[in-house]
Amino acid sequence: MRDVAIISFAQTQHRRAVRELNEVEMLMPVLVDVVAKAGITKDRIDFVCSGSADYLAGMAFSFVMTLDGVGPWPPISESHVDMDGAWALYEAWVKMQMGDVDVALVYSYGKSSPGNLRRVLTRQLDPYYLAPMWPDPVSLAALQARAALDAGVVTETEMAEVVAASRRAALSNPSAQLRGEVEASSLLSEEYFVAPLRRHDCPPISDGAAAVILAADDVARQLCERPAWIRGIDHRIEPHSLGVRDLTRSVSTEQAATHAGVDKDKIDLAELHAPFSHQEVILRRALGLGDEVAVNPSGGALAANPIMAAGLIRLGEAATRITCGAADRAVAHATSGPCLQQNLVCVLEGE
Amino acid sequence: MPELILPARLQGIEQVRSFRAPARLDYQFTAGLATTRFLRAVAEKRLVGQRCPKCQKVYVPPRGACPTDGVPTEEEVELAHSGTVTTFCVVNVQFYGQVMELPYVSALILLDGSDIPIMHLIQEVPYDQVHMGMRVEAVWVPDDELGPTLESIKYFRPNGEPDADWETYKDNV
Amino acid sequence: MAEPDVLVAPSTIEYPFRRTTGPVIGAFLTALREGFLVGIKSSDGKVIVPPVEYDPYTADALTEIVEVGDAGEVTAWSWVAEPLDGQPLDRPFAFALIKLDGADTAMLHVVDTGGDPAAIATGMRVRARWKPPRPVGASEEDDATGAHRVGSILDIECFVPEGEN
Repeated sequence: MRDVAIISFAQTQHRRAVRELNEVEMLMPVLVDVVAKAGITKDRIDFVCSGSADYLAGMAFSFVMTLDGVGPWPPISESHVDMDGAWALYEAWVKMQMGDVDVALVYSYGKSSPGNLRRVLTRQLDPYYLAPMWPDPVSLAALQARAALDAGVVTETEMAEVVAASRRAALSNPSAQLRGEVEASSLLSEEYFVAPLRRHDCPPISDGAAAVILAADDVARQLCERPAWIRGIDHRIEPHSLGVRDLTRSVSTEQAATHAGVDKDKIDLAELHAPFSHQEVILRRALGLGDEVAVNPSGGALAANPIMAAGLIRLGEAATRITCGAADRAVAHATSGPCLQQNLVCVLEGE
Repeated sequence: MPELILPARLQGIEQVRSFRAPARLDYQFTAGLATTRFLRAVAEKRLVGQRCPKCQKVYVPPRGACPTDGVPTEEEVELAHSGTVTTFCVVNVQFYGQVMELPYVSALILLDGSDIPIMHLIQEVPYDQVHMGMRVEAVWVPDDELGPTLESIKYFRPNGEPDADWETYKDNV
Repeated sequence: MAEPDVLVAPSTIEYPFRRTTGPVIGAFLTALREGFLVGIKSSDGKVIVPPVEYDPYTADALTEIVEVGDAGEVTAWSWVAEPLDGQPLDRPFAFALIKLDGADTAMLHVVDTGGDPAAIATGMRVRARWKPPRPVGASEEDDATGAHRVGSILDIECFVPEGEN
């Protein structure tokens, strides 16, 4: 296996609606930033991989337009996944294992503001049994929360504490959309949105983009004083049908964590892609994280949730803390699909 | 696929083989800064592109980035209303939403001063006389009908100049 | 931040899809059109509702369609106080996972409690409220109105607390 590291990370300041910019305009400053932070020029990049969703943009093959941001002429080596950028990073990592790519750019972006996000995301569901009822992601996550509450896996107080911790952590994250000092007890006094979820248990709707630069072996050591090495990365998926899954556990996260080697050594911090508060509790348990692990020092997806980028941002945030020396070993997680259907786990280490 | 074993009540009746699954999604598209500036200029009967600071190419309509260099394009460049047909096609097929009389010519037109052709219609000339290198000019709608849309240009028509030299547009075909 | 001065245009995308079902989903939708529910036996003999073509654990092709009840137990629910466009009911309702009698897995549908969020609970019994049967000689346009059963998950209007219909 080749050693591959995240050496640079950049993201937008996420907002509810970035109306003044189209996708490529929103993405461009992030691409310029991530390349500059890596201390390279674009011609050093051997491979580009991106993640986005056409349904968000309401345009078929919309990702082709954002390619202008990376300069695809003369033609470049490129790939795209209709997934969160974390899976684009996985593809780039696999490609780098094959040996002929030393530096890769991974980016992803999502503008949810042009459409009605809750309606748009119903289109990712089974078209026969589910999509005709337009079950939106908040309603489905609420079903999962109900199942977890009934099973005693989580309490409403714990959910509110997750939110309060996220808001507080986000105070030091300039990219976050929601931040502030708020007490769990006052959150609990708010009304239900889609019961048992209150509005704050749900992620904000965000427009935003993120990018990372990956580098292999000595190239990474040359370009970065303290690369965040990917020591393990794996992703697993569960059946789509909610009725055949145990919604109170994340078995796919448990498996991915084992394959990524999460339990091989002590974890300093975790960046978990838990768009809904109860999911953070389920994920902590699946990853076996104790109270000593700092979870979501960035505020996580409850502080900003640009669809298709929020998972990649977890990897970037975790890597940044290793690069700056604040942590030695971190776990980053990304999710996709309704109720944590698919999960990616990545272990990052400094040297 | 192996045969299904059906309960008695499902045997001997017509099976459902398909169903309607219509969906409708509404969006509000934002043009973004570059395209907004371009379309606002069109409403003033002007064509404005953007120049790449690196390769100096001028893009129209501008998208805010150079597809070759992947750098932001900020410098605006006023373009002529005339250009050269780099390639074209004769449309003989009716399709949904079409308002044109058949046959008609759709062409790529390299506006003078730009480095990427735009697509528009060629009229006021028999369709079988349109050719590569033909010099054309924009015919705008009346001033009181101008708006932030490329429909503010009704079409392009021959402007009477001699054909452009192949060398002037060979990189844009 | 001030609202930026950019052009915005509405755009509507319509997907006028007609989907083919294959025999397994076809059997489920045929049963719905006839006013009953079926599942499929998994490799280990469990009844999966709605039926799937392949076993979720072993990927074996499944073949045995079996009838299940049109009433069952709510295993999880969420309360939708403000329904979105397209959702089956336009008044407050619950999305629920319902384990039908004779089934080993739960299926997603909606429960109508007359708008009362206190009238739903995990473990409660609910029963399907069916749309009327398809009239003889109904046209494609008639089918598109949604007024009667056609072979769709929406042939069940909703579930209601047992004893209410």
